[in-house]
Amino acid sequence: MPQLSRRSFLQSAGAGLFVLGASAGRDLWAQNPTQTVLTGNHFDLQIGEAPFNFTGNKRIGTVVNGQIPGPLLRWREGETVTLRVSNRLAARSSIHWHGMILPADMDGVPGLSFAGIPSGGDYLYRFKVNQHGTYWYHAHSRFQEQTGLYGPIVIERRGGERFPTERDYVVMLSDWTDLDPERIFSVLKKHSDYYNFGRRTARDLLADVRKKGWSQTLADRRMWGEMRMNPTDILDVSGYAYTYLMNGITPTGNWTGVFSHGEKVRLRFINGSSMSFFDVRIPGLKLTVVATDGVDVEPVSVDEFRIGAAETYDVIVEPKDDRAYTIFAQATDRSGYARGTLTPSPGLAAEIPPLDPRPLLTMGDMGHGDHGSSDAAPMDHSRMDHGQMNHAPAASAKVEHPSTERTPLIDMQVDQPNIGLDDPGPGLRNNGRRVLTYADLHTVGGPIDRRAPGRDIQLHLTGHMERFVWSFNGQKFSEAEPLKFRYGERLRITLVNDSMMTHPIHLHGMWSELEDASGNFQVRKHTVNVQPAQKLSYAVTADAMGRWAYHCHLLYHMEAGMFREVHVESGEGVAQQGANGAHS
Amino acid sequence: MSVLGKLPVALAMFAGAVTSLGAQEQHDHHAHHHAQHPDERTESERAHVPPDPPQHPMGDMSAKEMVEMMDMDDAALFGMVAFDQFEWRDTEGGDALFWDGRAWLGNDYDKAWLKSEGERFDGDYQGSAELLWDRVFSRWWSLQAGVAHDFGEGPSRTWAAFGVQGLAPYWFEIEALAYLGEQGRSAARFSAEYEMFLTQRWILQPKLEVELYGKDDPGNGIGSGFSDGQLGLRLRYEIRREFAPYLGVVWSRKFGETAELVREQGDDAAELQFVAGLRAWF
Repeated sequence: MPQLSRRSFLQSAGAGLFVLGASAGRDLWAQNPTQTVLTGNHFDLQIGEAPFNFTGNKRIGTVVNGQIPGPLLRWREGETVTLRVSNRLAARSSIHWHGMILPADMDGVPGLSFAGIPSGGDYLYRFKVNQHGTYWYHAHSRFQEQTGLYGPIVIERRGGERFPTERDYVVMLSDWTDLDPERIFSVLKKHSDYYNFGRRTARDLLADVRKKGWSQTLADRRMWGEMRMNPTDILDVSGYAYTYLMNGITPTGNWTGVFSHGEKVRLRFINGSSMSFFDVRIPGLKLTVVATDGVDVEPVSVDEFRIGAAETYDVIVEPKDDRAYTIFAQATDRSGYARGTLTPSPGLAAEIPPLDPRPLLTMGDMGHGDHGSSDAAPMDHSRMDHGQMNHAPAASAKVEHPSTERTPLIDMQVDQPNIGLDDPGPGLRNNGRRVLTYADLHTVGGPIDRRAPGRDIQLHLTGHMERFVWSFNGQKFSEAEPLKFRYGERLRITLVNDSMMTHPIHLHGMWSELEDASGNFQVRKHTVNVQPAQKLSYAVTADAMGRWAYHCHLLYHMEAGMFREVHVESGEGVAQQGANGAHS
Repeated sequence: MSVLGKLPVALAMFAGAVTSLGAQEQHDHHAHHHAQHPDERTESERAHVPPDPPQHPMGDMSAKEMVEMMDMDDAALFGMVAFDQFEWRDTEGGDALFWDGRAWLGNDYDKAWLKSEGERFDGDYQGSAELLWDRVFSRWWSLQAGVAHDFGEGPSRTWAAFGVQGLAPYWFEIEALAYLGEQGRSAARFSAEYEMFLTQRWILQPKLEVELYGKDDPGNGIGSGFSDGQLGLRLRYEIRREFAPYLGVVWSRKFGETAELVREQGDDAAELQFVAGLRAWF
């Protein structure tokens, strides 16, 4: 075990545990003076600034009640909560309750829900909690989420947990940076590959030649060169800029959760990061996934799962051995990891596994049919065998691109996107572990609305890697009209990813009920990852009046334009909108 | 208000449940909790409570107000200053300082570019400065148009400039500009560069530059035609991405009439120079 440096001691000293419960639901809150759990119906939250030292450098973070992450809010299903949020920042601020179904003026998006919380002012949020599970809150103002304004929410199920456990921990993942996020954003606009220190080098070229021969290697390089795309573009901002945190604690700080022999432990994973996807596993333990985005699913046992920005996954583990286990959450570009420990007695630690090899995107990820040409092609073979592909109605249907995609600010279009939900994604295919996919997730209790969608809206996820411009249908937020939903309607949103990045797409105010490739209800989520060159659909019931945000939850993608307003309104004005959301 | 508002939704959902249930049951492999009778709702349907309409809905506002309130501006201006080359050159005549710098300011569509390159040799400056409007017109290319000014020992020249800049297949960065000047002068400049990642920080950059002139300009040592070519190879180490010292060689060659003029002065038309410099941007 590595010796604790003074630095890592300081890191762990400032951090604590989100312990939700132990020994048959007994509350054991606030075991640590700095990391608190708030319960009840009335909450006073103060947004402010505080000094932090995660990396050896002192920086100012944006905090709620002095903490990063902010305090765990614990609510009860069926109760009404009142939250007075005051803003002690010099700038306007906001808090959005991610995944909560609530009135539009309680949603916390400045400009759409309310005017924001002015400097020195406050806002009173008040809404009835009609759901249960694991959620989170975060700022919806510029880069305040990146600098620390996020925290977990756990809502107790009315009548007790469907899958009761003896222990219950929040595991909130995030990406801390010592850099000014404005600087990160402007650097991405100038040199979008700035943070990529995993590019293919001359050595990789020689290694490929040895392995595959000159002609295949050059053919591969030629295809990427023709597209002017880089197969190592997995995350825009990497571990070069980020220190990955687990419950606000660095890997050396080692967040620790304690269990007793024979206990079931529920881990509520929340990805509260701004720009990072994580692949999570606990070597030696099977993870039984029981909920995602707050919604219970039929339990499924896996070795590993990928969690996109803003997603949540509840997993249950049953440690059998009297030893420590490492919770390992590696960034999907393998540039770093968050890490913690489950242990029968504090102070123990387990081996930290090495980072997996850096993934390379394949031609399949670019929507090119020629899947055999690149390194990690097996995905497609495994897919072909899968039953889901067989009764997919649109296995190889060509998609139409909206005319607004005729812009210089996109760099690729996918004519025949990949369908099906059973691809674990770049870097996880055929890794020898059982990896969760959306095809494994089945919501307990069916959809909230069994009506067939009355209409389809197709939106393309578009962007330009080099210019760092992101959009829907080739239109940035500032260039697009709001999407109009008719109050009460059930509609289908089909997303086609015309880019090489995975985008976690979040619709505020309404659930996204993901369908399989045949249109059957699969899983209810608030944030849906769309893989490169993938097409997927979800049904939405527009039962929430008002103006809502709809966006990619990669913060810098959102700021660069990958954002739309959704306007749910009664009456006419909705009908004239075309199938791609444009006014006809 | 809220109850009345929800009534049509409830009716629609009920009707929808009645009509779609049969179809649902055929397909739904996973809904273990689905209803036995059409009027029984699923567990999720029972649990889901649509939210009340907002008591204080936000009104419309101008785009500018929206940008300010959301603090989200996808059309914001960005700017950059970059010295691709700032280097010492070991020339036949002695030490020379050479620069090739750019600055731009603009949004995703339109930018103002300021480009300058030149050398300081024996106390004298010779080079060019260009002010260009840059408009992106395709995925990888933008049009540039503006004015250019060449300065040095000889008579200075001012040009109208236009051309393209962009990224060609296989990651070649290309600049191709044509120039029209006074007295019917014309010129063209072309450059192409490439970056080879030897490691994540050691980067080898070959660069080719050529110049053509439509007309003799003896005062500036220029003959008409293909006048000047340079092939540079620079190896840099990126201490940070934006701060990279480098070493390199530049092979430069005068051609045609221009070469004649150089030879008349007793100099060689071709020269191999060692260079050492700094690449920096912010």
